[in-house]
Amino acid sequence: MARETLLNIVLFALLPVTALAAFMLDEPFVITLVTKAAILALAGVGLNIALGLGGLVSFGHAAFFGLGGYAMGVLASHAQSYTPIMESPFLIEGTKSMLVIWGVAIVTGGLAALAIGALSLRTTGVYFIMITLAFGQMLYYFAISWPAYGGEDGLSIYIRNEFPGLNTLDPIQFFAIAFGVLAIVLFIASRLAKSPFGLALSAARQNAERVETVGITPFRLRLVAFVISGAITALAGALFADLNRFVSPTMFSWHTSGEIMVFVILGGVGRLFGPVAGAALYILLEHVLGGLSDFWHIYLGLLLLLVVLFARGGLIGTLAGREVAHD
Amino acid sequence: MSLLLLIEQVLNGLQFGVMLFLMAAGLTLIFGVMGLINLAHGSLYMVGAFAAAAVAGFTGSFVLALIAALAAAAAAGALIELLVIRRLYDRDHLDQVLATFALILIFSEGTRYIFGSFPLFLDIPAALSGPILLPGGIYYPLYRLVIIGAGLLVAAGLFLLIARTRIGVQIRAGEADREMIAALGVDISKLYTLVFALGAALAGLAGALVGAIQSVQVGMGEPVLILAFVVIVIGGIGSIKGALVGSILVGLTDTLGGVLLPPLFATFMEPSSANAVGSAVASMAIYILMAGVLLFKPSGLFGGT
Amino acid sequence: MKLKSLIAAASIAALSAGMAYADAHGGKVKVGMITTLSGGGAGLGIDVRDGFMLAAKGNENLELVIEDDQRKPDIAVQLADKLIQSEKVDVLTGIIWSNLAMAVVPAATAQGKFYLSPNAGPSALAGKGCSPLYFNVAWQNDAFNEAAGSWASENDIKKVFLMAPNYPAGQDMIAGFKRTYTGEVVEEVYTKLGQTDYAAEIAQMRASDADTVYFFLPGGMGISFMKQYAGSGVDKNVMGPAFSFDQGILGAIGDAALGVKNTSHWSKDLDNEANVKFVADFQAEFGRLPSLYAAQGYDTALLLQSAMGKADVKDAAAFQAAMEEADFASVRGDFSFAPNHHPIQDIYMREVVKEGDVVTNKVIGVAASAHQDVYGADCKM
Repeated sequence: MARETLLNIVLFALLPVTALAAFMLDEPFVITLVTKAAILALAGVGLNIALGLGGLVSFGHAAFFGLGGYAMGVLASHAQSYTPIMESPFLIEGTKSMLVIWGVAIVTGGLAALAIGALSLRTTGVYFIMITLAFGQMLYYFAISWPAYGGEDGLSIYIRNEFPGLNTLDPIQFFAIAFGVLAIVLFIASRLAKSPFGLALSAARQNAERVETVGITPFRLRLVAFVISGAITALAGALFADLNRFVSPTMFSWHTSGEIMVFVILGGVGRLFGPVAGAALYILLEHVLGGLSDFWHIYLGLLLLLVVLFARGGLIGTLAGREVAHD
Repeated sequence: MSLLLLIEQVLNGLQFGVMLFLMAAGLTLIFGVMGLINLAHGSLYMVGAFAAAAVAGFTGSFVLALIAALAAAAAAGALIELLVIRRLYDRDHLDQVLATFALILIFSEGTRYIFGSFPLFLDIPAALSGPILLPGGIYYPLYRLVIIGAGLLVAAGLFLLIARTRIGVQIRAGEADREMIAALGVDISKLYTLVFALGAALAGLAGALVGAIQSVQVGMGEPVLILAFVVIVIGGIGSIKGALVGSILVGLTDTLGGVLLPPLFATFMEPSSANAVGSAVASMAIYILMAGVLLFKPSGLFGGT
Repeated sequence: MKLKSLIAAASIAALSAGMAYADAHGGKVKVGMITTLSGGGAGLGIDVRDGFMLAAKGNENLELVIEDDQRKPDIAVQLADKLIQSEKVDVLTGIIWSNLAMAVVPAATAQGKFYLSPNAGPSALAGKGCSPLYFNVAWQNDAFNEAAGSWASENDIKKVFLMAPNYPAGQDMIAGFKRTYTGEVVEEVYTKLGQTDYAAEIAQMRASDADTVYFFLPGGMGISFMKQYAGSGVDKNVMGPAFSFDQGILGAIGDAALGVKNTSHWSKDLDNEANVKFVADFQAEFGRLPSLYAAQGYDTALLLQSAMGKADVKDAAAFQAAMEEADFASVRGDFSFAPNHHPIQDIYMREVVKEGDVVTNKVIGVAASAHQDVYGADCKM
């Protein structure tokens, strides 16, 4: 337990230390990579609440990631072209303010998770995995064929959105924003896991009947967890879109769902900092292996396989010992 | 739309469904007997198609190509079962999803490494090419009829295998109670390898049959894989009967949705946007069907509890 | 545990050290190529890269950094950031797909980098979104389709059946065809992107009274459709833009493609000196027939080198003027730039034929001479 705390601190510090080092060495692209790791970690933290805490294996979190991205894309593209989103019954204008966009992304992601969760949570096990996948695919095909916001071409936002007091186009300042959000969400997630709600949720994952006998409905617990999870992943999606200044339906594809899941599992399921470790490792691998060979997916696949087969508990589990952290 | 055209489209939906069944049958068997989610099933489909294309290119014989597809997919299936899959049986679904996701990466890029980045050539044999005239005046491609026939034959064979043979008894026993059948002295690990190879061979057969009328390329298995999952979830995981019914439902919904929805929307929208919206809804139709089924029957049409 | 974190940090640092290049290259040009080298569609990127390298072979003033975008827009954006921020390239090129180009090009030109498109020409970049630093060496997306439309009108094709995937490029291609076609459009069908079975659409074709089917289905979709169409016994004429009948794809379609008419700005049998040399050199170097993507990559490198001979890339205005002259011997024959930096070129009509055992294309005429896109009117630069 203590060992894992120490490891968490080191891991967490690794991101800003790397970013600062890159800043001093004038390597803006490395800062971009670290920022990407922080944002993908955030998406993983979102998924981990459903997956690790609630035991809900969602194969459709790309839906929320994409919705967050499109919340940013739609709002910013209207602000960019000075056209209102709708005029009747009341006027809604686009915006370039990150804070507003985040709010919209969180609400959109949360509402979508409420709808998808309310339907999907009637099923369990493999059926749950597959129905969440189905909802993700629905949104994917919808985004591709809906012409208003670029369809498969996606939407380019030429200038990053605004954050009060900062120049968001400067890589290190944008990193600070992303890292700040990640830190806040990690803090919230750690409180959540220890709160009565989090404990009940964990209990429902381990033994649903026992929870029911004390008068708690697992369905409601899980739905709330799913909504929180979806909202956080949507927030990550909005940030990711801002990092790239671009959104496209690939954010909705089932590969995205798979990748977010990979971050969580690589790092360690149910461990607070698992997604941070997983996302950082994934980005590092992508750039080291990608430089070695055109066929780097083979090595990535082999490595994932080894982690699943022999390093249960992921990176953090392997480094910190086998006990699960969140209880 | 004329009745003849509608009948032709129903045949197309049926053919698509039968094809999906070959994929779904293996998936659902593997899940039913071993409790394993195998995302790499689509890769075995791809292996079958590539093996068929390679052998057909070398020998010019479609029959040899089909045999090669069956053999290559079964061998690949048995190999990954021995090396990887058997370590996953007592893991949770999450580990299975991730490990088989990793297998997809390895298979896809490995195939590209061996065969290059361009699609391969595989054609239907001359004897089966061209259309034939069906009663009622419908011209329908002979090869597609052959696919429907072959698929239904395989389905019948599978039902017989499971209902009438010794292996079938073991498979059913394995679905019902895994510990019990081990206790009865059945070599469970051999049975698992066999079932996995059988499922793989079916996927390889589907890949070769479809590869002849589609593009044989890296990644061809992934869209089919997702559809096959939709099928077995609708039918109820583990049920061969469910896989058959689900396949046909999905095949018909997808084909008829694409044909009927745009004109349907055109009855109350202007033509150009009706076309776009109709096509968009049609591409989501099977997922809507699946969500609908699960809402009313959370474990599929023929699923147990 | 601390050791492992140290290793991780060290490898990130090593990564950065590898990227630290000096900025000084007097008279030299550093080119960043972002193209698709792995995963689906890698064949196209590999051809563009090989064509480009063939033309640039032996030029010591041209430094090339190649990156693989995996056909993912977000990866392409990050690679562009990397090439601009860390590698400090002068010129970007290589992108195959319209959606990736839309994600990368506006940001790259906004940061003062030249971008030469060796493929993909979305209408936004030809019209309102045009830039002095953006040059399209391939085609505007509508070009082949407009040429096909006028050819069909002139060659007595009265009723067509149109088909394309339901996404922006598909809708653009169909719109391009309809812009110049004067006959009757019997039906217009949009299929699912990535669809592999076209039985339903083929049945609709059989039932319609169209005399010609015109379709745009890039990559594997086109292969699947052509094989199924050939087996269906429907005997309408088939036409399309060159993408579905390129050399890399014809091998997978086989005889089913014979007789199909397709429009292209290039063909390997175009009889000009530059092309004869290109086709021979490409086969000698890589042991396969060049595709139109290879031809575009080749022309892109020729254009770049012609400008390098006239101006220093650091002087953007002079370099831009040198590029606008397009003073190179294109493998397509006559080539010049319109004011919006998109090509003015002949679009040919080709027919798929069999030469010995090889299925390939033969030019049968000019579909549109000195073709220019319609979006230039909206371009203010």
